[in-house]
Amino acid sequence: MSRIGQTFTALKAQNRKALIPFITAGDPGKGLTVPLMHALVEAGVDIIELGVPFSDPMADGPVIQRASERALANKVGLKDVLAMTAEFRKTNTTTPVVLMGYANPVEHMGYEAFAQAAKAAGVDGVLTVDIPPEEAHGVADVFKAHGIDPIFLLSPTTPESRVEQVTAVAGGFIYYVSLKGVTGSASLDTGEVARKLAMVRAHCSLPVGVGFGIRDAATAEAVARIADAVVVGSRIVHEIETAPENEVINRVKHLVQDLRRGVDAASK
Amino acid sequence: MKLTDLPDSRGHFGPYGGIFVAETLMAALEELRVEYDKARNDPAFMAEFEYELKHYVGRPSPVYHARRLSEQYGGAQIYLKREDLNHTGAHKINNTIGQALLARRMGKKRVIAETGAGQHGVASATVAARYGMECVVYMGAEDVIRQAPNVFRMKLLGATVVPVSSGSKTLKDALNEAMRDWVTNVESTFYILGTAAGPHPYPMLVRDFQCVIGRECLVQVPELTGRQPDAVIACVGGGSNAIGIFHPYIPYDGVRLIGVEAGGSGVETGKHAASLSAGTPGVLHGFRSYLMQDENGQIIETHSISAGLDYPGVGPEHSYLKDTGRAEYVPVNDDEAMAAFHDLCRFEGIIPALESSHAVAHAKKLAPTMKKDQIILVNLSGRGDKDINTVAKATGLTL
Ligand SMILES: Cc1ncc(COP(=O)(O)O)c(C=O)c1O
Repeated sequence: MSRIGQTFTALKAQNRKALIPFITAGDPGKGLTVPLMHALVEAGVDIIELGVPFSDPMADGPVIQRASERALANKVGLKDVLAMTAEFRKTNTTTPVVLMGYANPVEHMGYEAFAQAAKAAGVDGVLTVDIPPEEAHGVADVFKAHGIDPIFLLSPTTPESRVEQVTAVAGGFIYYVSLKGVTGSASLDTGEVARKLAMVRAHCSLPVGVGFGIRDAATAEAVARIADAVVVGSRIVHEIETAPENEVINRVKHLVQDLRRGVDAASK
Repeated sequence: MKLTDLPDSRGHFGPYGGIFVAETLMAALEELRVEYDKARNDPAFMAEFEYELKHYVGRPSPVYHARRLSEQYGGAQIYLKREDLNHTGAHKINNTIGQALLARRMGKKRVIAETGAGQHGVASATVAARYGMECVVYMGAEDVIRQAPNVFRMKLLGATVVPVSSGSKTLKDALNEAMRDWVTNVESTFYILGTAAGPHPYPMLVRDFQCVIGRECLVQVPELTGRQPDAVIACVGGGSNAIGIFHPYIPYDGVRLIGVEAGGSGVETGKHAASLSAGTPGVLHGFRSYLMQDENGQIIETHSISAGLDYPGVGPEHSYLKDTGRAEYVPVNDDEAMAAFHDLCRFEGIIPALESSHAVAHAKKLAPTMKKDQIILVNLSGRGDKDINTVAKATGLTL
């Protein structure tokens, strides 16, 4: 079983839900990413989503767009992200790392070459936002052949007829996007999400994470009641953006500990 | 599969094209594909499209023998397809009418568009006014300055123009922002994409709506000259005016198809927008095609004096036409385009768009290598009123 699979199995045995933070690699500085990853683990997260910076983040709102721009200004590319993961793995062999980004940097490296390098670096899953299952035939197989879980999105606009098609190629977990819009959009409607998740679960045996619109312990708790994992991105990236550089790690840690309390409150 | 039968059912032109978007847009693209398929097989829809092209746009646009220019360039006879004479002054309106009729058919009351030169923004604002729809146009902050007259035209037509300040502040960033709007308002909104690019079915439907250009030429050029041209030249930004004139000529093996990209300060300087001439395949804006990218797969900023060609990608069908050898693609630099702009003004009394001037500039190079009884057909994709500020600045004048 993959590290992601093991993580969900262990959490389930404890009747707990996963907390998955997102940070952009190289933001705010190249040297801060690995310390931030360790700090996230200390604050109690279960899986880390590491954003691969891209020049044209079409599916992201302003907060993550700016994080991508800062990381690119720090000259961080896909190879650096792999190197950061390898560095993190030197002292952490248990927390799964999922790379999240856009197709082109991976396409440019070559899917096979990327999958080999990613596996060697200790990457557990890959989510390329702009590769839907229809275009993923070769790609998902290559990832799976190297023991990397190909992670796919489902959204409020996904028709029921498509869910099985998506879950058939997916691995690790399903990432349900809670609302129509880009990352960092307003608030989510948990009632609506719950209805949609029931439909998704009828067609899918993978764990389901929910992201977009989760900004505090209360929303994290509400989502943890209905999902297997809670994904928080823009709120954390916002903290990184607004904190003075020497306080970034502490501020992120506090925020994530608070989110953790929210997630755990759902299992009580 | 024959070249003329492409794309396949999932939007592929060989290895290019396809659908590379986030999950939220998949259903909307499927809906568009299904609805377009019905529309193009619906005689009433096609009849209305043709009626609008004739009575609102003023089609067919003439083919004009540029005798003085041909004499000046010394060699082949140059004929101009006068898309500059269309309502709103460019080929863009052919496509926006088609898409606005689709939007109306699908019950969408709000349309959005991206624009570079502003011609597609104006054409979108125009059809939105014509059919009574709300219109929001995304435009790079730099282009808002470069193409100020078109910004004012869009506002006169009732559209909201949103300047985009992310990234390089040009067309590619406007496209990113339009996609973000679409993903947020996907149920109420129709995205009028301005060129033969983007996720399937856009490259196909934009091409189909623009093919009226080439189909008219197939009749008009023999009427004037007794035969088909030896070469067809068009400028390539995203590639809509070029595919519109090329596509009907694909089966005519004797006709050379030449796309002209923005060479900017020169391809060797790195400051250009010639993705087919100097780029490599990759994925951007929902499709696979030749792209301008660095060694990390990041998209590089492009440079061109013409905002409409200032784009790091190109429509997928052009990538395939290049690889198969059916079409050739060449760069033309800013200064060459500027010289051709002035040539057309002074020898023919036509002020061309800077985009179209790139095509004329290549005719200037090609004509002298050909015989006097040979024929070059140039797609004059738009008129140059919008560019007078840029030209004045480049020639050291103020208006
Ligand atoms: C007059 C004119 N020609 C050409 C273009 C380039 O677009 P395309 O390559 O889609 O024809 C533009 C784009 O704005 C334009 O305004």
